[in-house]
Amino acid sequence: MTAARSTLDPDDRRLLEQLLEGDHRALARTISKIENRAPGSRALVAALYEHTGNADVIGITGSPGAGKSTLVDKLAETYRERGETVGIIAIDPSSPFTGGAVLGDRIRMASTIGDMDVFVRSMSARGTLGGLSTATADAVKAMDAFGKDKIIVETVGAGQNEIDVVRTADTVVVLVPPGSGDAVQTLKAGILEIADVFVVNKADRDGADRTVQELLEMIELGEGGGFGGASSRARSDQHHHRDGVDHHDSSATDGSTADSDSTTDDPAPARWTPPILETVATDGTGVDEVVDALADHRTYLERSGERDVRARERYAEEIRTILREDVHDLLAEELEDRGGVASLADAVRAGETDPYTVVDEILEPLEACLAEVERSESAVDSGSSSDVETRR
Amino acid sequence: MSEQDPDGMQSQRSIRCLVAKVGLDGHDRGAHVIARAFRDAGFEVIYSGLHKAPEEIVQAAVQEDVDVLGISILSGAHNTLVPKIMDGLEEYGAADDTLVLVGGVIPEEDRPSLKAAGVAAVFGPGTSIGETVEFVRENAPTYERDR
Repeated sequence: MTAARSTLDPDDRRLLEQLLEGDHRALARTISKIENRAPGSRALVAALYEHTGNADVIGITGSPGAGKSTLVDKLAETYRERGETVGIIAIDPSSPFTGGAVLGDRIRMASTIGDMDVFVRSMSARGTLGGLSTATADAVKAMDAFGKDKIIVETVGAGQNEIDVVRTADTVVVLVPPGSGDAVQTLKAGILEIADVFVVNKADRDGADRTVQELLEMIELGEGGGFGGASSRARSDQHHHRDGVDHHDSSATDGSTADSDSTTDDPAPARWTPPILETVATDGTGVDEVVDALADHRTYLERSGERDVRARERYAEEIRTILREDVHDLLAEELEDRGGVASLADAVRAGETDPYTVVDEILEPLEACLAEVERSESAVDSGSSSDVETRR
Repeated sequence: MSEQDPDGMQSQRSIRCLVAKVGLDGHDRGAHVIARAFRDAGFEVIYSGLHKAPEEIVQAAVQEDVDVLGISILSGAHNTLVPKIMDGLEEYGAADDTLVLVGGVIPEEDRPSLKAAGVAAVFGPGTSIGETVEFVRENAPTYERDR
C-alpha cells in the first residue's frame, strides 16, 4: 500500500480538476468512485482534502416519516433564496439480503428541482463496519471541494451506524414527530445527546405541544440540575416566541444563552443549549427559524472554539475507522488463506477447537511480524514506531 | 461480488438505476413493479416520482450518476419526451455511459427512432421482469467505468 496522497493517476487528476472547475458530472463521478471504493478513490479523496473546509455541514436525522426529506427540501430552498449553493446527501437503508435499495428521498425534494446548484445525491448503506460513515464523510469532502456553501446530510436515525454518519456534520438537527412516546424513543436511541437543534415537525398535529414539553424536560434533566437557571428561563421565553410572532427575537434567545448581546465578542460563551423549534415542513412554516438556529449554532461553534474541537474528534474518528477497515480487509485475506471462515467454523462446531484459539492462531504471525517491524524501526529511529503502536 | 483492488480495499459496486416517470402520465404501477424488482435484484434504485419534466430527469440522472435510466411512459408522448432526455444527457456528457431503457406502451413503428436516439431497449407490455433484470445485468456499464 503506497501513500494515498502521492498516487493520483492521470485520469483521476483530470477528474479532480473538472470537479474543482465546477463540473457537475465530475462531482457525481467522484462520489461514485468514493461509494464504490473504486481503485484510486483513496488518492482522489486525499487530493480533495486541501480544497475543503469552507462548507457548513448540517446533519439531519429522525425516525422514518418524521419529515426529514421535506424539511431538507425547504432548507435547500431557503438557502438558495439567500444565494447559497447546497449539496444534499440522502441516505437510505439497503436490504441486508440482496444489497438492493430503493432511494426515495429525492421524490420529496421538488422545490429546487431544475436548479443544478442544489446537488442531491442518494446513497445507500452499502458497506459494513462504519463504511457508510467513511463514504459519507468523503462525499461531503467532494461537495465541499466543489464549492458548496451548505452541505446537508440526511439519514434515518435508527442505529449506531446512522448516528456515526450524522456525526460527520458540524451541526446536528434531530427531527421529532409529534405523538406520544416518540420523545422517549428518541432518548432510548441515544439521539438526544447528539442533537444541536431539535425540530418538532408536523407541529400542526395533535400532541406537538406535548412533544415539545417532553423534549424540554429531557434537555433540562440533561443539564444537570439547571432548574430555574438562566437556561430554563431562556427556554420559556423561546416557547412564547415560537409562534412566529417575531422570529428574529426568538432566534437570538434560543440561539445560545451567551448570544443575548450579539455585538460583543464574548470570550467564553456558555454551553450550547439545543433549541426546540416547531415546523410544518410541508408548507414551510418555521423553516426560517430553523435556518436562523443553524446560523446561531455555527456562530457558537466558532466563538467557543468548539468547531476545532469537533473537527479534531471527527478526524480522529475517521483515522480510526479507516484503520479498522484496512486491518479488517487484511485479516479477511488472512482468513481466506486459511481456508475461509466456514471451515474454521466447522472445526469449532466439531469440537476440535474454539473461536478464541482460532483467532489467536490467525493473529500470531501478524503480531510476530509487527514486533519485528517495531524492533527494526526502534533500532533506526526511536521516534517513528508510534504508528506501529497504534495499529495494534 | 466484491473484488480486491491494488490498494487492498474491497471494491463495492452496485448497479445504480433511476426509474423515471416523465410527463403528464399518472400510471406508475409498472414503474413501482420495476423499482421493486430492481431492488430485489440487488440494484440501487432511485425513483423519480410522478409528473417529472425531462430536465428534472436529466438532473437526477447526472447527479446520481446512474448506470441505468429506465423511463416509463404510458402517455404516448415518448417521441417528444425521450429525445429531450437524451439531448440533456448528451449536454452533460452522460449519454454514452448511461444505459437508457424505455418501458410502456410504445408502438412498434416508433421503436427504431427511439433506438436511433440512443435508447438501448424498449420493453413493452408482457415483458417479463426476469428479462428486464437480465438485460440490465448484462448491459449496465458499471464494470467498465471504474477502471
